[in-house]
Amino acid sequence: MMLEEFNQIGISERERQQAYRYHLRVCGAAGCLSCGSGELKEALEKEVDRQSMTGQVEVKSVGCLGLCTAGPLVQVEPGGVLYQQLHVSDATAVVASLASGPAAGLCCPTDQHFFSRQTKIVLENCGRIDPERIEEYIACQGYTALYRALRELTPREIIDEITASGLRGRGGAGYPTGLKWTTVSKAISENKFVICNGDEGDPGAFMDRSVLESDPHRVLEGMIIAGYATGAHTGFIYVRAEYPLAVKRLRKALSQAERLGILGKNIFNSGFGFDIQVRLGAGAFVCGEETALIASIEGRTGRPRSRPPYPAESGLKGYPTLINNVETLANIAPIIRHGGDWFSSIGTEKSKGTKVFALAGRVRNTGLIEVPMGTSLRDIVFEIGGGIPGNGTFKAVQTGGPSGGCVPAQYLDMPVDYESLAGVGSIMGSGGMIVMDQSSCMVDVARFFMEFCRTESCGKCLPCRVGTAQIHNILSRIASGFGRSADLAAVEELCDLVKNTSLCGLGQTAPNPVLSTLRYFREEYLSHIEGKRCLAGSCLVSSAREVL
Amino acid sequence: MERNGRDSSLSEEKFAIMAKDPRWRMVNRTIRQGGNQADALIETLHAVQDSFGFLDRESMEYVANALGVPFSLVYSVATFYHYFTLKPAGEHTCVVCLGTACYIGGSQAILEHIEEQTGIKPGETTGDGRFSLLIARCFGSCGLAPAAAFDGQVTGRLNPQSVVKRIWEWTGHDA
Amino acid sequence: MTSGTVLPRKRRVRPVGSHRILTFKINNRDVSSREDESILAVARQNNIYIPTLCHLDGLSEHGACRLCIVEIKNAPKLVPACITFPQEGMEVSTCSERVIDYRKKLLEMLFTERNHVCAVCVSNGHCELQDLAIQLNITHVRYEYLYPRLALDGSHPRFIMDHNRCVLCLRCVRVCDEIEGAHTWDVMNRGLDTRVITDLNIPWGSSETCTSCGKCVQVCPTGALSEKGKSVAEMVKRRQFLPYLQKMRRWEEE
Repeated sequence: MMLEEFNQIGISERERQQAYRYHLRVCGAAGCLSCGSGELKEALEKEVDRQSMTGQVEVKSVGCLGLCTAGPLVQVEPGGVLYQQLHVSDATAVVASLASGPAAGLCCPTDQHFFSRQTKIVLENCGRIDPERIEEYIACQGYTALYRALRELTPREIIDEITASGLRGRGGAGYPTGLKWTTVSKAISENKFVICNGDEGDPGAFMDRSVLESDPHRVLEGMIIAGYATGAHTGFIYVRAEYPLAVKRLRKALSQAERLGILGKNIFNSGFGFDIQVRLGAGAFVCGEETALIASIEGRTGRPRSRPPYPAESGLKGYPTLINNVETLANIAPIIRHGGDWFSSIGTEKSKGTKVFALAGRVRNTGLIEVPMGTSLRDIVFEIGGGIPGNGTFKAVQTGGPSGGCVPAQYLDMPVDYESLAGVGSIMGSGGMIVMDQSSCMVDVARFFMEFCRTESCGKCLPCRVGTAQIHNILSRIASGFGRSADLAAVEELCDLVKNTSLCGLGQTAPNPVLSTLRYFREEYLSHIEGKRCLAGSCLVSSAREVL
Repeated sequence: MERNGRDSSLSEEKFAIMAKDPRWRMVNRTIRQGGNQADALIETLHAVQDSFGFLDRESMEYVANALGVPFSLVYSVATFYHYFTLKPAGEHTCVVCLGTACYIGGSQAILEHIEEQTGIKPGETTGDGRFSLLIARCFGSCGLAPAAAFDGQVTGRLNPQSVVKRIWEWTGHDA
Repeated sequence: MTSGTVLPRKRRVRPVGSHRILTFKINNRDVSSREDESILAVARQNNIYIPTLCHLDGLSEHGACRLCIVEIKNAPKLVPACITFPQEGMEVSTCSERVIDYRKKLLEMLFTERNHVCAVCVSNGHCELQDLAIQLNITHVRYEYLYPRLALDGSHPRFIMDHNRCVLCLRCVRVCDEIEGAHTWDVMNRGLDTRVITDLNIPWGSSETCTSCGKCVQVCPTGALSEKGKSVAEMVKRRQFLPYLQKMRRWEEE
């Protein structure tokens, strides 16, 4: 495809959109769909017909509008009025209000911090474009970065740009992306692979799901650029089977890109070819670990192997393999478009750019947010999140899922970046943020995560297989009021063993939730053991007391 | 379909019959798309489960033979991944999300209430085969916690009573 | 070489296919090694003892039991010697206090996982797990026993599988796949529920793929796999065949 042809797609799409006077953007991400946004969209379409406004109003399904708690959401353009918690019966009023001004009582205030405090790079198209139409992505500068990369830049220049941007892996560990790309590009091999890790297994995280559902082409564009930069010609996207909508939209995006020649041989007449296949996970958290992920793509059980060799040297089928997380790849196109310096001007000294978080738990505004690195926890929870609902008091925020920890109130003013979170015993993780209030028992939360790790342990190495079960048994005993005074020391010793002797990241980080709650909420453990009392009032200790 | 020459309890005739079943045709297409390669094992098991609802011994033998993979490896993969099930599910299913946000939001109480009312534990099906209770690790619908999927349809902001009411609608409980 | 010979621009340092030789320290002793030899292999060449369980000469490395962990100076984590390769100047300690402490804890943990009752076991006195406990001077177990109730598969005409004694070293799985080439064995489930299985988790005796060669029984470190008709303490394993077979297979391939 030549440049004029490609530009024409964007121009025609913009013209098509300009032909409409109003645009009704109905959130079609999984959250709003389960609140009935599908039916709502149909009702709006019917209503547009009925009020004979066809041709004037475009009703379209868009990606995540962010504020999942207020779904289903509909945004009106021009004007940006946002309607929340709409019912099918509200369709008449919404369509009628297009000419007259916002329908009363249905609006969601858009001047609140939830919207104003965010900086959107990864989510720039979320809620704006129809994820099932490649034309809309192209109309929003989509694939221009790819065009520039393939036609104007050398692989070396691209990697330099990524390195200059300071982008770090968004999967959790924060490994510098530029360095990873360099390693794979330096490997000499007749075959190389790019893998997009979409196995978002952390309970409480839905960033990757939302990106894949709302803007799948952005991820494809990042993958193709990564392939060109590292010398790979085949890519795999590994997605959880639990995300059927994301899989469906990805497959659709792939076939659209193939049809336009953006995937396949000789992309943009550059001589470079790239193919992408979707691979489904099957419900194993450990497959987020890169060697387990590779095993799973090869059709085997997802049991990690020892590194080195790292996948960059010997990965899929033994060939050098680049593995990047969905959000990492979603950052690539904007970096190429605006330059690495632009990206590195956002964020903190060591953590550049923005981070997408899935805000959930005991917080008013649950949903998907994107903030610059270094934003304080307080801003996220109280400004963007709107604070704790009811008369609750903030207790902790859990980041990093089963590998992370609970950050207590005294660190609320801490900037959120890789180093600060690690410094307080948690990790950035993939971006799940669960807010807890006084009703959450920290012993029970620790038990919950250990139960998770126990069932998700692959069973290969001894410390993770047996150690997680041993820790879980003791925590259960404490939570149900049968704890003994020696239990805390035993738990700490077991945690130390599992952390230091396990084979892969799952085992090495499994003790983190326990250790961080022991560090900040030791009194809760003690009150369970000594006083047989749960300070949060949520454990079964009360019934245990009756037994005793 | 190429067989790898192993003796199997599946006779050639039986294979011929299976190959004609439209549900197997779906599976065969996946196998062909994967080039009859062993690395398509997980995709193939997904196709079998999509077509039949679960993986039984016969289908696992079929997949092993078609892909030229050892039986024990097929069983290993089928039981390692929790998305696969070796038992048929009931007529209706309710999958309770036990992700962190749902757990904080009270999904444990929902689960206990269902267990109490239906007398079955997660992974089990009621005696009449009408209802199966399952648990999931996280739907990613954390914004709507606590959530559950009724026959695949994710619904959020639930409470123990509302969930059990939905289940009674299926099982005809009139309490 | 005559004076007129032009040297190639890049001098070849090593012949093709050869490996770099390096020196490093184990327990303060200078040792030399090829870069493709594991720390465990080099230690054994130098008569330095490192306990192992899942490792077996002649099989691929599994790296799962973690009993061969060693400490490397300036490295935060302990590493398994069987799958870690030496680097020039590395300082390895195989018996530091930290190493011994973790090793003991790991072994104790292994004892809690299944029901290892030596007194009634066919392998009593000839068991690698038992030997390790003696070597590491384990007299009691500080963790709680999990006491799983596990089955015994006596369906094979010659052999018995007792899950209660299994340590999941997967030697049986590897020998069956790598040496015998049958891949009758594998493991099902995950985590604590992991069990070795034959074929589609059917009784061993009805397996269609098992050749009854008995290699799995001979490589099993404990009494999990044994020959029928053996009474307590009578099961002695012989596995001298393994390195020989591996050598012969390799020779065939070349």
